[in-house]
Amino acid sequence: MPATYEPIATTTLGSAAADVSFTSITGTYTDLVLIAVTQIGSSGDYLGVQFNSDTGSNYSRTRLSGNGTTASSERDTSQVRFNFYAQPTSNFAVNILNIMNYSNTTTFKTVLCRTDQAALSTNAYAGLYRSTSAITSIKLIGPSNFSSGSTFTLYGIKSA
Amino acid sequence: MAPILGIWASGAQPAANATSFESIATVSVGSGGAADVEFTSIPADYTHLQLRVIGRTAKASGNDYAKLTFNNVGGTSYATHYLWGTGSSVQFHAFTSSSFIYLDFVTGTSQLSNSFSAYVLDILDYANTNKNKTVRWLGGQDLNGDGVIILQSGLFNNTAAISSIKLVPNSATNWLQYSHFALYGIKGAA
Repeated sequence: MPATYEPIATTTLGSAAADVSFTSITGTYTDLVLIAVTQIGSSGDYLGVQFNSDTGSNYSRTRLSGNGTTASSERDTSQVRFNFYAQPTSNFAVNILNIMNYSNTTTFKTVLCRTDQAALSTNAYAGLYRSTSAITSIKLIGPSNFSSGSTFTLYGIKSA
Repeated sequence: MAPILGIWASGAQPAANATSFESIATVSVGSGGAADVEFTSIPADYTHLQLRVIGRTAKASGNDYAKLTFNNVGGTSYATHYLWGTGSSVQFHAFTSSSFIYLDFVTGTSQLSNSFSAYVLDILDYANTNKNKTVRWLGGQDLNGDGVIILQSGLFNNTAAISSIKLVPNSATNWLQYSHFALYGIKGAA
């Protein structure tokens, strides 16, 4: 059987950058997996994610979080991007996004995300991008620059 | 591989060995829906399985859950543990000695149009005949004002190698069109 978990592209920041984009994503695969190892420069907080340069209020997500003291859950609705907390200014956070059936042109897109940073918290998210368009680009944005050394790798998984 | 993206790699790193993650079978539910989804004759060629799902059922009100079973075994062979967030609170629950594993919070037909629950399930050491089998997954649905994010684990209290997997909506309705189930095998080192 053919191998099906393939790296599509990686970028490693050699200097601070305000955003990182993956463009011209083909519809070759079934799901995408994005692994972002990130540090936010001056004011850490969230990892913003937008698809297809869509800045409309089409993003929502539900969060489950634990920080060693409390467990909590909260929700964002009708946002202009996904906001995945909590991104540090020291150390790096590991974000793993499963972007399911990204090239389907009939359904909205569900995203499952884990964001972990041992000194802050562990988080899980279910996100919804309310668009039936195939996802062909992904933009990653922070509240301030991503630090040098942040890495972003996009994989494709193709089903039989 | 050709550089197909606007940003190209500076040190591309494969997630897994080039031959270690393989597609076994896929079910895409068509316009007529499907009362159940089943993978059969799963080969024992891999170390672990991963099942990636987007699902929506015809349940008329609220969300649904799916009954997950292996090898067509019922009885009291299963357990499920939950931890989930509702958007405002954290909940937990368990079922033990049940006849299936609960794959919970499947989007129902009355919920937000075009939206599907998603799950990534890891079925660990599925072919080992000396261990009971553990499944764990991340799943959820977001409906722009409703929804859940859930961490679940399931036990199949049976040492037989898993050779079939079945998912049935509890509501006795169908999986709806565009529900998608993709089974992958992950190999260990030779």
